[in-house]
Amino acid sequence: MIPILSVRDLKVSIKGDEGIAAILDNVGLTIETGRILGVVGESGCGKSTLIRAIMGILPRAARIEAGAITFEGENLLVFSETELNQRIRGSRIGFIPQDPLLALNPVFKVGTQLLEIMRDHAPDNGLRGAARKRSHVARLVGLLRRMQVPDPDAALERYPHQFSGGQRQRLLIAAALACSPSLVIADEPTTALDVTTQNQILLLLRELVAEFNLSMLFVTHDFGVVAELCDDLCVIYAGQSVEAGPVDAVLGSPAHPYTRALLACHPERASSFRGIPGSVPSPLAAPPGCRFAPRCADVLAECVKQAPPAGHAPSGAVVRCVHYA
Amino acid sequence: MIRFILRRCALALPSLFGLLVVTFLLTHVVPNDPSAALAGDAATPEQLQRLREQAGLDRPVWEQFADYTAKVLRLDFGESAFSRRPVTLDLAQRLPATLTLTVAALAFSILVGVPLGVFAALHHNEWPDYLLRLVSVLGAAVAAFWFAIMLQILFSMQLEWLPLRGELADTIARPPGVTGFLLLDSLLALRLDAFRNALAHLVLPAFTLSLGGLSSIVRFTRAGVLDTLQNDFVLYERAMGYRRSRLVWRYVLRNSVTATITQIGLLFGGLIAGGVVVESIFDWPGIGSYTVQAILTGDRQVMLAVTLLVGVIYAVVNILTDVAHGMVDPRLLDKA
Amino acid sequence: MSPILRKLSHDVPAMVGLAIVVAVVFIAVFGPWLAPFPQDAAASHLARRLKPPTELYPFGTDNLGRDIFSRVILGARGVLQVALTVVFVAMAIGVPLGLVAGYRGGWLSEVIMRVTDAVLAIPQLVLALALAQLLTPSLESAMLALSLTYWPFFTRIVYAETRRLTSSLFVDALRGIGANGGRILFLHILPNVISPVIVRATIGLGFTILVAAVLGFLGMGATPPAPDWGLTIAESRTYLPGAWWYATFPGLAILLTVMGFNLLGDGLRDLVDPRLRRSR
Repeated sequence: MIPILSVRDLKVSIKGDEGIAAILDNVGLTIETGRILGVVGESGCGKSTLIRAIMGILPRAARIEAGAITFEGENLLVFSETELNQRIRGSRIGFIPQDPLLALNPVFKVGTQLLEIMRDHAPDNGLRGAARKRSHVARLVGLLRRMQVPDPDAALERYPHQFSGGQRQRLLIAAALACSPSLVIADEPTTALDVTTQNQILLLLRELVAEFNLSMLFVTHDFGVVAELCDDLCVIYAGQSVEAGPVDAVLGSPAHPYTRALLACHPERASSFRGIPGSVPSPLAAPPGCRFAPRCADVLAECVKQAPPAGHAPSGAVVRCVHYA
Repeated sequence: MIRFILRRCALALPSLFGLLVVTFLLTHVVPNDPSAALAGDAATPEQLQRLREQAGLDRPVWEQFADYTAKVLRLDFGESAFSRRPVTLDLAQRLPATLTLTVAALAFSILVGVPLGVFAALHHNEWPDYLLRLVSVLGAAVAAFWFAIMLQILFSMQLEWLPLRGELADTIARPPGVTGFLLLDSLLALRLDAFRNALAHLVLPAFTLSLGGLSSIVRFTRAGVLDTLQNDFVLYERAMGYRRSRLVWRYVLRNSVTATITQIGLLFGGLIAGGVVVESIFDWPGIGSYTVQAILTGDRQVMLAVTLLVGVIYAVVNILTDVAHGMVDPRLLDKA
Repeated sequence: MSPILRKLSHDVPAMVGLAIVVAVVFIAVFGPWLAPFPQDAAASHLARRLKPPTELYPFGTDNLGRDIFSRVILGARGVLQVALTVVFVAMAIGVPLGLVAGYRGGWLSEVIMRVTDAVLAIPQLVLALALAQLLTPSLESAMLALSLTYWPFFTRIVYAETRRLTSSLFVDALRGIGANGGRILFLHILPNVISPVIVRATIGLGFTILVAAVLGFLGMGATPPAPDWGLTIAESRTYLPGAWWYATFPGLAILLTVMGFNLLGDGLRDLVDPRLRRSR
């Protein structure tokens, strides 16, 4: 089966005051149609840059040095800004942002903002003008009802600050689904919410993937969320993907030293509560080989020379570590 | 919304009362006895005393103040020493010309300043941005009266493209006054020649007057847009494929103009003050040139009336900007 | 060099402003020695009246044959004197009022701030013109009128800043250990208020030069034969457009001087209050 999205050997650098920082270095991931891929990493590991690269909204100072991003068989990197806007963003790829409190425009009604997305991207079913807009409103109201937003008709006429955080996240999920995308990218959509709301949203997302025939890229720093929600998993450390595979395989028998260390830190799974010694290297002065080498307990001499090739762990996961090469 | 407006009006009352007190003190208590000015240098003490009694200056201060307030509320500012007509009548007659000039200048500085500010922000730290910043720095530092003279030398005297002064050429008959607004009256009388001529007369004064406002609107819009672009919702809107032109000119701009709207309120003071100078240079028959005349001839009734009028206009404009602010940013209304 | 000054030295517009301000101050102090025809402050030479710019008279001559270049140089002193006096007097009135209103609170604060608002409700130029007329027109009344209309700007800033500090924990702590009011005000609040006041004063100097020029232009400030820039522009109007140089150069002098103070003031403001940065 052709994966819906695949990212190959992506390299992204950002030019700053202190030089060029290699934010992403050889990142790769694959989402199979109908599955949920969790991308896990600590804050600052390049998760947001990865998302922005896929959607073509990198900051001005950033540059894609190498790699390919293929979505439904098309290379997104050759698309122009206008093409991305017309054919990809909002329409075929929906986006659920991290902080629902900040992602909605405070001075526009919720309805105005959601309809703006549909204006350019929703299928028109042969309708035009007012009739088309009415069909959009009808679809939105239906979606909001499905998201359990109370009184959906009135909700469209209200402003973002009049909703609670959880409700706002439901509005944004509805927005992501408004134009029937095939892929939804969610950037830590539950981090800003309290635990109860968090669980409700995760449950909702799980249902929606089946209901709307979606695939999903779910970015998080929380293995617990991954275990609950995702089918596959991809672990990123300091801009490099280190381990990828089915959730059960990776969480059940983690192969890469970083994955193992990270799981040991997770309070619910920790056998002993310990952190990882050392700190994440600055992308300005990244070590030439495996970026985890300076902190790795099982480091070998060749680790620091060149980036390790992809190998297979007994669990079936793809691992970038000399021990499995 | 209505409650918000009423609240704002109530908040303006103490300031207006303060204005009343300040002007009262200026005219009735300090620095010198107005009756002496009325009677002239040769007046005897007895004459002075009689005048003081006539003017009520021998009564307790609070009584004088009550009288003064009553007069102000009846819009009774007495007679102009210069035109020998009621000040209120003079002002009413000259108001349309001043309003035309002010509105034209304000409209120009907003319609040109906001797009330029957005443009500068989108080209942050590129040459259009540097150029506009330089121009707005110059615009804030230029003396309007000098700039007006430079424009007159160039466009009226050398190139002869635009008229030098006044609001209508002497050779063109004034259309009958229906509204008092020359441009409107010309249109109502279907006098296109008068309309075109009046418009040509408006160009230089309005442009001069708009200059200070233009440069601060450019500055504030630029800063506002740069600020807004930092917000998460802009990233979200881009990720969801908002069309770029609509993203900038609708969704970003409405968030950015709050600072500009506040600024427009403050600008109004500058426009009124600038109007005094610009009107007198271009012989514009409005309240500004009337004020200069009154000041140069020491016409106190007029000066008093103008000061109060300006204070009231200022308060009204501040209420209007707050209301506009509330309309743009719904969070304000909910807080109130 | 302190880090603050080093930061300022990287701000190109602010350094341009500083250079202009230093140059203007230099010209103001040494004007009589710099001007090619220092006697032209008052003297007249009708034989060479209204000559266009030449090598000898780079800015041309005026209606009385005086060298405009010399008069622009000689005018700098008066312009700076007026601006400095006005801003200083306004500070002397406005800062103490703001401190008292901010620290004391209560009815006194109410009265002070209401009066401040009332004065601010009228554009400064209009009020200053009215006041200058009431005080009988002269350079001194113009200066007094400008001071009496500029102090509220200082009161507002000082009030806001004092308010903020007074409600802060450290003043509470000082009160807790029994420090007395005057001591708190002068040793702890005043030093914190100084930087915004300096910023406002710098911008105020530029602003005052502009307003004073308007007063001069309208005949409510400097009187002939003073080489005042605003007055010179007013005198030139009779001789337009023939003598274009007559108005042009004094006006450029005003533009440059005001721009210098504005740029410097903006740079200082960016240092003191990074929240208001005009450019990121």
